[in-house]
Amino acid sequence: MEHVVIIGNGIAGVTAARHIRKLSDKKITIISSEASHFFSRTALMYVYMGHMRWKDIEPYEPHFWKKNRIDLIQDYVTRVHTKEKKLDLEKGQPISYDILILATGSTTRTFDWPGLNFKGVQGLVTKQDLENLEQNAPNKDVCRRAVIVGGGLIGVELAEMLRTRDIEVSFLVREGAFWTGTLPLPEAKMLSEHIASHGVDMQHHTELKEILGDDEGNVRAVVTNKGTEIPCDLVGITTGVTPNIKFLETSDIETDRGILVNEHLETNIPNVYAIGDCAQQRNAIGKRPPVEAVWYTGRIMGKTVAQTLCGNPTTYQPGHWFNSAKFFDIEYQTYGWVFSEKKKSEDEVHFHWKHPNKEICITFAYHRRSREFLGVNTFGIRMRHEVFDRWLQEKRSIDEVIQHLSQANFDPEFYTQYHSLIQKKFMTNATITA
Amino acid sequence: MSTFQRDLSLTGQPPKTINLQQKIATVIGIIGLGILALFLMNVSLPHKAIWLTASLLLMTVGVLLFTRAAYANEHAGIKNHGVYFKSLSSRGFWAWALGIVLTLFYVVLYWFPQYLGLVTEGDNKGLIALFDPLSRLISGNPASQWFVYGTLYTLAILIFGIKFIYKYRHNRYEVIRTFSVMFFQLSFAFLIPEFLVALQLPYYDFKNIWPLNYELFAGYKIDEFISAGTIGLLMLIFGVISVFVITPILTYKYGKRWYCSWVCGCGGLAETAGDPFRHLSDKSQFAWKVERWVVHSVVVFVTVMTTAVVFSYLRQNESDSLSEYSPIENHAVFISALEGKPLHERVRNAQEANATAVYFINKEASEAPPRLSNTEGISIPFYVVSEVENSAALKEVRRGEAATFVLDGPEGQKVTVAEGASVSFFDNLWISKEFFIWFVIGLLTLVFGWAMLFRREQLAKDAKYGAIGYFVIVLSILLFTYFSTPWKLFFFDAYQLRKGYGFLIGAMFSGVIGVGFYPIFGSRVWCRFGCPMAAILGFQQRLFSRFRITTNGGQCISCGNCSTYCEMGIDVRAYAQKGENIVRSSCVGCGICSAVCPRGVLKLEDGPRKGRIEGKDVLLGTDIDLMNHVN
Repeated sequence: MEHVVIIGNGIAGVTAARHIRKLSDKKITIISSEASHFFSRTALMYVYMGHMRWKDIEPYEPHFWKKNRIDLIQDYVTRVHTKEKKLDLEKGQPISYDILILATGSTTRTFDWPGLNFKGVQGLVTKQDLENLEQNAPNKDVCRRAVIVGGGLIGVELAEMLRTRDIEVSFLVREGAFWTGTLPLPEAKMLSEHIASHGVDMQHHTELKEILGDDEGNVRAVVTNKGTEIPCDLVGITTGVTPNIKFLETSDIETDRGILVNEHLETNIPNVYAIGDCAQQRNAIGKRPPVEAVWYTGRIMGKTVAQTLCGNPTTYQPGHWFNSAKFFDIEYQTYGWVFSEKKKSEDEVHFHWKHPNKEICITFAYHRRSREFLGVNTFGIRMRHEVFDRWLQEKRSIDEVIQHLSQANFDPEFYTQYHSLIQKKFMTNATITA
Repeated sequence: MSTFQRDLSLTGQPPKTINLQQKIATVIGIIGLGILALFLMNVSLPHKAIWLTASLLLMTVGVLLFTRAAYANEHAGIKNHGVYFKSLSSRGFWAWALGIVLTLFYVVLYWFPQYLGLVTEGDNKGLIALFDPLSRLISGNPASQWFVYGTLYTLAILIFGIKFIYKYRHNRYEVIRTFSVMFFQLSFAFLIPEFLVALQLPYYDFKNIWPLNYELFAGYKIDEFISAGTIGLLMLIFGVISVFVITPILTYKYGKRWYCSWVCGCGGLAETAGDPFRHLSDKSQFAWKVERWVVHSVVVFVTVMTTAVVFSYLRQNESDSLSEYSPIENHAVFISALEGKPLHERVRNAQEANATAVYFINKEASEAPPRLSNTEGISIPFYVVSEVENSAALKEVRRGEAATFVLDGPEGQKVTVAEGASVSFFDNLWISKEFFIWFVIGLLTLVFGWAMLFRREQLAKDAKYGAIGYFVIVLSILLFTYFSTPWKLFFFDAYQLRKGYGFLIGAMFSGVIGVGFYPIFGSRVWCRFGCPMAAILGFQQRLFSRFRITTNGGQCISCGNCSTYCEMGIDVRAYAQKGENIVRSSCVGCGICSAVCPRGVLKLEDGPRKGRIEGKDVLLGTDIDLMNHVN
């Protein structure tokens, strides 16, 4: 019986294991040093906020693993011997494999800031990060102020978490508004205002220069690029994530930023695969970046590799881009590509609508000449994935999309609908440009 | 591991503790409750109306101030901060304290109402006396323990309903739904039945449908309806229509939510006062298994019990069943059927039961009046009266007025029943016990056969075994006991069955466990494990409805908010993360899973039955063939 060993029990590794079990009788072992059981990484914040307990963010009950004959080992892989097909573990005996799946995920990306080693400087990616946060910021007396560095998804989550405990938060954002690397300006501005309305001290155009500590090795303050010193008890580093592949340095598995894989998720070594956040596509797929730290791509890669391993060689095809997030109270969904001003091409045109007095807005991207619909960002309006996916697939024009917008609405029943207002503004704009 | 977040957080910090205004509001509310407690302890104070008003007002103000303090300074949006840190909402000290107090209240309410101050002969005392002024205002009668309970129950739904609405003010589905439960509780459950009583009509909560309202077809209730004339009959017919016609239609169109989270009183309390405890429901697969067996067993129990009760009522209505034990002492007895034992035996039986006279209502004017073939030992008078000739007198006698009957026969003799004389009618129902039994058997067979023939691929193995087992057992006992004398369906006396059901299910399960244990097991324990109405609606919802919760393609991140905040203990995430729609019989459609979802994944919808459950594989990257065509 073939022994499949999966390193990492995140969404990618666990999805691979589940689907291999569905399709075959192979022996499956998952090794993780982080947690005994699979949990939803995206839900770490809710444990700190008291919405859920740890066990609530574990999608499967403990008996699930035994029933599905998936062995779990909580240990850290120190070294991979690809020739001997063997893994060295930190605590346990070495373990041999026939097929190895690397699904080790990401870790906090830091830059060369002085003072990163002080106690109270941390990211928010792992279970250990959450435990550290409970130590570093249990309440507003122990943690009087936190400084968050990096205006992205994890940063705003951390801000929301800390605010539920009334901890003062200063949010350092390099650009003039939140997440402008990804979002068009009107949206970024609305979000900046919303985050500020939750009592977060938004410091735009501000970067971290140095972290200062006290004699006991605890963080005491940060110094910004403007020379200001902000006293704080916690520094949240949320400037993105990077593949967690340090343990592979001694192996002959080829890496760049991540573990290099082809479209079948195979590494340069036969029978070794890499999936999820730690994988880097040798050839980028569509407009997707070669390393994608997104929940659902991990899931799709897990399914894909399971197919390949069970006799149905399959290429990884994540389909049209989509994603979602929530910024404090504002829900965000995106389908297709809407690029920020910085990244968008000449031919990408945006049509933006914002509710006059609510925090609801929507941005459509379309091609200047062909009028092909390229993507949509929506804030405060839920949209139907299936419909937008089909429209992208059928290369609908922006005019059709706007006209049939109601078909894509996914808001709960009785919600106020805004298509007619959106359509009206679109028509008015069209008249003006014409 | 699972509790590190609790061990490490210090006390006295948000979001663990409530703020100062909330504390003040709590004290105000508790003062209101304190007034009730004073009267409960039999401290009799004058001006009851004022004290009652003060108490209800203080409780209302307390809850409203609490709501304001909790949500007014917050953005509209999900408010679950610290739910698992607070003692009251995470099975801490206050949760147990509240659970014990509620449980004790229910025990006293159901079995020891005298401690609440109930006095059957004479003036009420204590807590119940405090509510007398309000009861007299509404229906003209003194209060009972049920009036006290109904008032407090309604008040809870109203004030905690306002709290819920404010909490979910960003979500119109929740707002409208909550207005609906508040409306139905205040009008249908509380005021209308009291007004009916004031109008000398039967007490009837029109939205309390059998089998939730398990007493609806009890003998005393049917008597009440019948004696109320046309309106009573219409009520009875409405009761039958609501379970057999209205319910299936609405459930087909909207799922069982139209009842369970829009109309029902139990659901109303769970959704309002019970909302802070919704996450405490057990999400394990084991709990789901227990749920399926227990709730469907209750359905079987209530069906058996009701069948026996109605059967026994129909049986007792037949003059054929007259015996020395019939409760007809000093009654004038009216009978009209000839099938079964000879007429003279019936008259003798009536005589043994100390009836004053037996009247035979002759419905067929054309036929010769029946005679007693044997008058040996019969000393009470036996009269034959034609129905056509005496229709006015029959009406008068039912109303308790004096009535003069013209006897059948050439002489045209007359007999008068005095005003206020007790009368008993037999053989006056249009359904016979035979018809009823075959109707029940037919209906059960139809439902069973339909599910087994047309929905068998949707039934899990244990569901099939359970259904077959119960069906065979129920039908065999029914047939066996029907064909054997002495007419005790299911071996037990119908009255005993009803009493047993009332104690076990009506009181213990729905009251003591259902509400008393809110802070421990969550707010829907009764609805999930016990309510036979919910089970029947759930059966329809699962197999015959347009309702589903749609999963939005591949957006789910398995965070678990939906499962955690599902009051029915459905592991919503298990479906959502696979991209499957959620079609579960227990889902009451409260809409909270959709509300708490941070990624906009879930939507309650009614739509075509085709493709109601299956996921959209293409969006999940599973459908490999189709994916080859993408890009």
